Amino acid sequence: MSILIVAEHDNQDLRPSTLNSISAAQAIGGDIVVLVAGSDCADVADKLSKVPGIKKVLLADNPVYSHHLAENVAPLVAEIAEGFSHVLAPASTTGKNLMPRVAALLDMQAISDISEVISPDTFKRPVYAGNVIATVQSSDEVKVLTVRSTAFEAVVAEGGSATIEQISSVHNQDNCTFIGQELAVSERPELTSARVVVAGGRGMGSSEGFAMLEKLVDKLGAAMGASRAAVDAGFVPNDMQVGQTGKIVAPELYIAVGISGAIQHLAGMKDSKVIVAINKDPEAPIFQVADYGLVGDLFELIPAIEAQL
Amino acid sequence: MKVLVAIKRVVDYNVKVRPRADAADVDLNNVKMSINPFCEIAVEEAVRLKEQGLANEIIVVSIGPQQAQEQLRTALALGADRALLVVTEDVLEPLAIAKCLKVLCDREQPDLVLMGKQSIDGDNNQTGQMLAALTGYPQGTFASKLELAGDNKAKVTREIDGGLQTLALTLPAIVTADLRLNEPRYASLPNIMKAKKKPLDTSTPEELGVSISPRVKLLKVELPAQRAAGIKVADVDELMDKLKNEAKVIR
Ligand SMILES: Cc1cc2nc3c(=O)[nH]c(=O)nc-3n(C[C@H](O)[C@H](O)[C@H](O)COP(=O)(O)OP(=O)(O)OC[C@H]3O[C@@H](n4cnc5c(N)ncnc54)[C@H](O)[C@@H]3O)c2cc1C
Ligand SMILES: Nc1ncnc2c1ncn2[C@@H]1O[C@H](COP(=O)(O)O)[C@@H](O)[C@H]1O
Repeated sequence: MSILIVAEHDNQDLRPSTLNSISAAQAIGGDIVVLVAGSDCADVADKLSKVPGIKKVLLADNPVYSHHLAENVAPLVAEIAEGFSHVLAPASTTGKNLMPRVAALLDMQAISDISEVISPDTFKRPVYAGNVIATVQSSDEVKVLTVRSTAFEAVVAEGGSATIEQISSVHNQDNCTFIGQELAVSERPELTSARVVVAGGRGMGSSEGFAMLEKLVDKLGAAMGASRAAVDAGFVPNDMQVGQTGKIVAPELYIAVGISGAIQHLAGMKDSKVIVAINKDPEAPIFQVADYGLVGDLFELIPAIEAQL
Repeated sequence: MKVLVAIKRVVDYNVKVRPRADAADVDLNNVKMSINPFCEIAVEEAVRLKEQGLANEIIVVSIGPQQAQEQLRTALALGADRALLVVTEDVLEPLAIAKCLKVLCDREQPDLVLMGKQSIDGDNNQTGQMLAALTGYPQGTFASKLELAGDNKAKVTREIDGGLQTLALTLPAIVTADLRLNEPRYASLPNIMKAKKKPLDTSTPEELGVSISPRVKLLKVELPAQRAAGIKVADVDELMDKLKNEAKVIR
């Protein structure tokens, strides 16, 4: 068996989620080859070549791949996938955008968001917003998978010495052009890999409410998350949404403030190690998953907690 | 401009499904079924394009059991012009769905295909991207904003992990809706009545020439690991004590 992993990166830095996908690949077993497609991204390939357990790093360094447009990267991956038994990528927005397109080009049925490897053709994955876990078995020749990062431990990134091979093939579709992006810049740890996440919901009331929460976030060295309702209301940007259709997090400590605990929100955070819920409604469903529940007005409780840190 | 919208009949998002006793699948007996919420957003977007005079025909398509006519009628009541149902009792995989939609795209030649980003039952998030691969169209997935620029281009703002990204897609293109693309309206009673008279044609995957044999077998479903019951703490002091000394997650 041989496994191709599509690395996730921003042309400079490797996203940690790639290391979780490598761990999933190790659970499948077989030679691991990692593809870095991007522009001026040789540093990423260098970093990956030091990850133990990788046989080879493929580097497709060309301006057409700079924004990782699926229109260009999917045919590249499909071309390289020849001869591999598995193709994996993190189940991030980039991986989810790309991998089904790859699978269809290969005439394979992709499997999204695997959370456990049972055998090389059998996987577990959450369905129905995580209400149930399905065990599925693929009979396809190439298994095209996206990997839920929180379900696999990241591999160590130092100590290996894989060879780097240049890939020169260029796929350039002219029907899609990149116009721009607004990326959140934050000094805080990244939401999906933070040790502590403090998330606010509609109960925060406003962006000023979130500004108060930020103080607690920073004292804890945490990342900030939010419910869909808080994002929809414009209190915080979309990249903070945790849930079925937002980010999946599993920190050591998750503090939910003014969040009711709808199933779609729980889908994104209920694998956290310790959950704290702060809500004025003692019947709020969030308390059913909380290890520690504190009933009361968040506008009094948050400053009181902060004062104790 | 012609817009094709693909909608899926799914368990209503308020229903908490459970595994069947034999664990072979979830129990869908007597549960409420609805249009997948993301598909509803896709329909709404198409209707808005028509209201702005940018689209002149909206075709809604669903692949599923006869009962999916209910969801298609709802879409017609929201403003779609005609409906196509590809009837099958089997649960089709995203690739098979995309292949059916590809045949319909070849026949109907839409300028824009609007879909949901994800179905809330299988949580696949695949079909739009697969249809884009099969048709060779560009894809604007997880869209939170769609503008038709007029020069045969669609400008799509996408919700990505780091924030927002904007792409220009040459039509025909596939756009999959995220939650914040719009807020769908409710169908009015007169429109529900009118929708009953709108055309709804049916066919089958066989008639479309699509092989639907499954590639992925569902072996079993189970409940996720349940969390141990937690406690309510009386005040901030007790909470801090627990976090420091019991859970040991803060210092
Ligand atoms: C298809 C679909 C996908 C979805 N995906 C997601 C997703 O990915 N993520 C997500 O989060 N949601 C998602 N949702 C939405 C979800 O169903 C809920 O609507 C949402 O999570 C509610 O957010 P909330 O808990 O902040 O708001 P609410 O449910 O309104 O809860 C607010 C809470 O704040 C409490 N509160 C108010 N004031 C105070 C105060 N002063 N002090 C203390 N507590 C207070 C209230 O008691 C209440 O419990 C999705 C929905 C659908 C249909
Ligand atoms: N059976 C179906 N009939 C029509 N459209 C579908 C069907 N299944 C999926 N789709 C479309 O594809 C989108 C994504 O679904 P999925 O890939 O299953 O998450 C949905 O929101 C629909 O727009």
